[in-house]
Amino acid sequence: MSGHVVPVRVYLAVFVSLLILTGLTTAVAFVDMGPFNLVVALVIAVAKMLLVVLFFMHIKYSPPLTRLVLIAAVLWLGIMVTLTLSDELTRGWEVKIQGLSAILPYFRALLP
Amino acid sequence: MTVHAVHGEHPPGFAHQFEDMEQQREAGNLGMWLFLATEVMFFGGLFMSYIVYRTKYPGAFADGSRLLNVKFGAVNTAVLIASSLTMAMAIHSAQTGKKKPQVWYLILTMILGALFLFLKFNFEWRADYHEHLIPGFGFYVRPEWGGGGAHVQMFFLFYFFMTGLHALHMIVGIGILTVLTVMAARGRFYEQYYAPLESSGLYWHFVDIIWIFLFPLLYLAGGRYPIPGVTH
Repeated sequence: MSGHVVPVRVYLAVFVSLLILTGLTTAVAFVDMGPFNLVVALVIAVAKMLLVVLFFMHIKYSPPLTRLVLIAAVLWLGIMVTLTLSDELTRGWEVKIQGLSAILPYFRALLP
Repeated sequence: MTVHAVHGEHPPGFAHQFEDMEQQREAGNLGMWLFLATEVMFFGGLFMSYIVYRTKYPGAFADGSRLLNVKFGAVNTAVLIASSLTMAMAIHSAQTGKKKPQVWYLILTMILGALFLFLKFNFEWRADYHEHLIPGFGFYVRPEWGGGGAHVQMFFLFYFFMTGLHALHMIVGIGILTVLTVMAARGRFYEQYYAPLESSGLYWHFVDIIWIFLFPLLYLAGGRYPIPGVTH
């Protein structure tokens, strides 16, 4: 009953994979790949996170409710980042609604 | 019927309100994951601000990033990953009923955590201080940064705040590990009960994950390849 006992060789394999990925992400930073440097760095970071979460944090062996909390956490972070960026990145956009500004005076005229 | 009589029927570490040990374990884990979800949002605010400012001033963030010591960053990543392994092994020892290895793995985890902090504070932060890279404390805007000098200071504000908050979490983690080591040495954990070890392990791995993202975002943001026309 005492939870799933992960074999030691699984832990060691995860540990070695994490070290290799750390070396890889560092090495890749020395190569100029333009915008793909950021993409590769983030893909490797997410892969490392998944390794830690699935095996070290036992999510692979956890009940669905526990997994749901993790998914909710990532989802909420996504909501925060997406909504903030949808404001922040679009502030410079020029808004031209010709039709609306044309009819607005008529609406104003209707007001007392 | 006294409370003690009821208590006597339970295995050590079992709380009355639960149906059985398995339910207690799962409830504890769920609570810890909920706490970690709030921690995701806590650090998330910083990561989000980082995204906003890096999008606005990519050049200044690249300049700042290249001033960080990537060797210490990479070595510290490896140190933290190793500490996550020893933490997982401490729990494994408890699950398989080994008493002594628990204590040793916990001590090893603390040593690796302390090594991380030592490298960070004694080498990296100290060098940053000498190079006038601490925002607000005589930060020197170098002429080679051009017009974006003030924004390099913004990068270092993120660097110190994010790594500082991470280091604070590590210090708290080492404090928790100290308590766990004493508990483990007293033989409190066995095959049926190791909830404090497991919850603290989740916390320790979470702090590891934060660093897994901080390392590329702070140390590798600007790339390490030579840039034509840039000498620094």
